[in-house]
Amino acid sequence: MTEMLSYEFMQRALIAAVFTGLAAPAIGTFLVQRRLALLGDGIGHVALTGVALGLLTGFAPVLTAVVVAVAGAVVIELLRMFGRTSGDVALAILFYGGLSGGVLLTNLAGESAAKLNSYLFGSITTVSDGDLKVVAILAVLVIALAVGLSPQLFAVCQDEEHARVSGVPVRLYSILIAVLAAVTITVAMRTVGLLLVSALMIVPVAASQQLTRSFRTTHAAAMAIGLFAALGGVVSSYQINTQPGPTIVMLALAVFAVAALFGAAMRRLRGHRQPVDFARGDI
Amino acid sequence: MSTDTTQPLKARGVSVALDGRPVLRQVDLDVSAGEFVALLGANGSGKSTFVRAATGLIPMSGGTVELFGTPLAHFHERHRIGYVPQRSRAVAGVPATVHEVVMSGRLAHRRLFGWSTKADAAAVTAAISRVGLPDRTRSSLSELSGGQQQRVLIARALASEAELLVMDEPTAGVDHDNQESLAELLGGLVHEGTSVLLVAHELGPLRPLIDRAIVLHAGEIAYEGPCEGLVGEDHAHVHMHTGQPPIPEGLTGEGVWR
Repeated sequence: MTEMLSYEFMQRALIAAVFTGLAAPAIGTFLVQRRLALLGDGIGHVALTGVALGLLTGFAPVLTAVVVAVAGAVVIELLRMFGRTSGDVALAILFYGGLSGGVLLTNLAGESAAKLNSYLFGSITTVSDGDLKVVAILAVLVIALAVGLSPQLFAVCQDEEHARVSGVPVRLYSILIAVLAAVTITVAMRTVGLLLVSALMIVPVAASQQLTRSFRTTHAAAMAIGLFAALGGVVSSYQINTQPGPTIVMLALAVFAVAALFGAAMRRLRGHRQPVDFARGDI
Repeated sequence: MSTDTTQPLKARGVSVALDGRPVLRQVDLDVSAGEFVALLGANGSGKSTFVRAATGLIPMSGGTVELFGTPLAHFHERHRIGYVPQRSRAVAGVPATVHEVVMSGRLAHRRLFGWSTKADAAAVTAAISRVGLPDRTRSSLSELSGGQQQRVLIARALASEAELLVMDEPTAGVDHDNQESLAELLGGLVHEGTSVLLVAHELGPLRPLIDRAIVLHAGEIAYEGPCEGLVGEDHAHVHMHTGQPPIPEGLTGEGVWR
């Protein structure tokens, strides 16, 4: 343990893991509440084009990824609001456009597939001091807004129509959620990688809600699980010599499995089962 | 009918087209202070569309709506409107307690980045007691029965200190006992001066509370007057227009006709 901590790259990796582990579920909770769990994946693919744009132009890939991911997130929200394309088709288009754009631009930049690989699956041990600063600033911003505005974001995600009738600027907050998700994805890009970042936004929430009744507890517990998975994943990936990204996600999934079993047992003991109502009446 | 400027709802010539298909044509509808108005009609008659247009959720292709004497576009005292959507929308993807959902009705009274105040907490507690769920405050919404979830959504509207309740099918899928307690609750609220615009398929135990019933048929008002004028017991709208084709041109495919 002490040997591990004596490496500077491991220190940076652990600090990046703390920020990522807290920020991803902080905004992910609202995506789950809105039933937009796959939005993070769509934005992640778009961010890949942003990374490639950075490789092509010589700007820092983290910065170009933020800009392109935020633009992509705003476009998704606008399509959802005004477009005639259904949400899942809009997401599918982003998946394909983002992935092929990323690979194409990387080819044009004359970079190898291995370079792109480090963004797709994360390469936390190559995080530089400069990267760490960007990650820290953006993560603090995401956490502050996701927690500070949680009454507003809760109202919008719980019942969008009620919020609109109540005079809440729903469009503004919807775009804010998408933008925060996009920023989180670029924060987590170096830690878990673009293809797995959505897992860190969603799986801790899915795990915590197996055991909770209130939104606030779910939100806080999801952030705690995210922190545990990110730190635990980095440490165990060092011990067993695996890539940190997939290790973090597998750890989060293991927490989910335990929570699901425990939650089911608890509900059975309490003597009543809670059907989850996925049906939504639309007229 | 009162022409007083504080009239909660005044709609004139409201027309709505969805995907270019006319769904509402020239509907005039008023709700006066303290009045309980029921908007009836079969599925696809346009009754839900009307409340969605009147609350600004969907755009109108024609007509005007005034809320408390102010045109809809300039109406900012949103806390005066308590919108109670269909219950199927109550449960979201993450658990939430009764207290949390009702507290979201206080947003109009709260500041950005602020803690909830004692006044917020008091209003939430009062609203939850009003709907008879004080012992379920910390329960998750998904643990409650349909009728209880409906009451939580009403409490959320009451927490904002709403003067006009706009309710979309609150009795749908609620058993008779819960409909009775809903009727008792709404009766008390109207007695205290709350105005209600209720969209319903059938009235059931709410019938004695209704001051005025409006029946929509194919996007137009087919009947307006006291409940006694409705033909048939609870499915008035179904029997009213025997002799007319059940599905008029242009409205096919919307909703299910019984």
